[in-house]
Amino acid sequence: MVVKVYGPDYANPKRVLVCLIEKEIEFETVHVDGFKGEHKQPEYLKLQPFGLLPVVQDGDYTLYESRAILRYYAEKYKNQGTDLLGKTMEERGLVEQWLEVEAHNYYPPIFNLVMNILVSPLLGLPSDPKVIQESEEKLGKVLDIYEERLSKTKYLAGDFFSLADLIVVMEFDI
Amino acid sequence: MATGTVKVYGPPMSTAVSRVLACLHEKDIPFQLIPINMSKGEHKKPDFLKIQPFGQVPAFQDEDISLFESRAICRYVCEKYGEKGNRELYGTNPLAKASIDQWLEAEGQSFNPPSSTLVFQLAFAPRMKIKQDEGAIKQSQEKLAKVLHVYDKRLGESRFLAGDEFSLADLSHLPNTHYLVAATDAAPLFTSSPNVSRWWNEISSRPSWEKVVELQRTA
Repeated sequence: MVVKVYGPDYANPKRVLVCLIEKEIEFETVHVDGFKGEHKQPEYLKLQPFGLLPVVQDGDYTLYESRAILRYYAEKYKNQGTDLLGKTMEERGLVEQWLEVEAHNYYPPIFNLVMNILVSPLLGLPSDPKVIQESEEKLGKVLDIYEERLSKTKYLAGDFFSLADLIVVMEFDI
Repeated sequence: MATGTVKVYGPPMSTAVSRVLACLHEKDIPFQLIPINMSKGEHKKPDFLKIQPFGQVPAFQDEDISLFESRAICRYVCEKYGEKGNRELYGTNPLAKASIDQWLEAEGQSFNPPSSTLVFQLAFAPRMKIKQDEGAIKQSQEKLAKVLHVYDKRLGESRFLAGDEFSLADLSHLPNTHYLVAATDAAPLFTSSPNVSRWWNEISSRPSWEKVVELQRTA
């Protein structure tokens, strides 16, 4: 049974694709066009009631929120492909810590910058220069802390590559 | 493994700190709460920044580890002390755990931003004599109403968010919702929604949460 990943192949869906590749899990993509509002249509909302991207279907099982999807496959296939969760409970704890840092400190300003600089012009919507400036400042401070951390360890959670690093691989190839 | 070594740093009034305390109570883990006076800027001092470089609360220490980010701390506590207290809190099989993670992420990504803004604007800004931002309040109320609409449908089909058992996903909602229902006029967003209201009454009356509320009251 092949895992189906719904969404475009950039942004949050991309993290899921990269994770599945690292874990050597077969998948197929089902394109959902965010610009055409396909993620707000009733058929899609049956799978993801918040109208967000991505969602995966694995046989009868449906799962959404990219970070939950990453955790599930990284754990289910722990012994296959790249190990993404560290070797001990304590290493896993640090992976979780930096995953949460990404969710609450890194992603929000990046999301604002992408929406205001890349997406709004494409949709013919106005950008908010105040939001851009505030987001740049916030992101700058976060990246200072990442810089400090990465001067001490090879990767974010330690000297091992993990979900915490994979999660920041998110491009908007629009 | 040694217990009695868990330390949590931060004020119990903080929503993120109280999230961790609720989890520790659910797991029956004794802990030491070390207060951090944020109005005196203790969370931005060099000694604290060593254990939490973003200058946020809480920070957590156990015999083998120093951690921050409340939801990461909760997950770690559930993994490390799996056999203690509420064993179902983070699921007992991979699919249950994935469902809990899904709703924990929904909380963190969709529920937390607008509810945190409302907690600050409606419960804390007046106390701190900070001018309220009416635009932010309106926008957050609209966003939160949409999220709670999805929750109400879900909670009409399922007793708790991730399934039939109380989990970390429900627990994670306790801190913000408590303030909004107990101390602000955003309460009707929750109380007028039949399934959300039923769920809130059930999760907020758990002894673990009542202990946290009592600590907040007496701190």
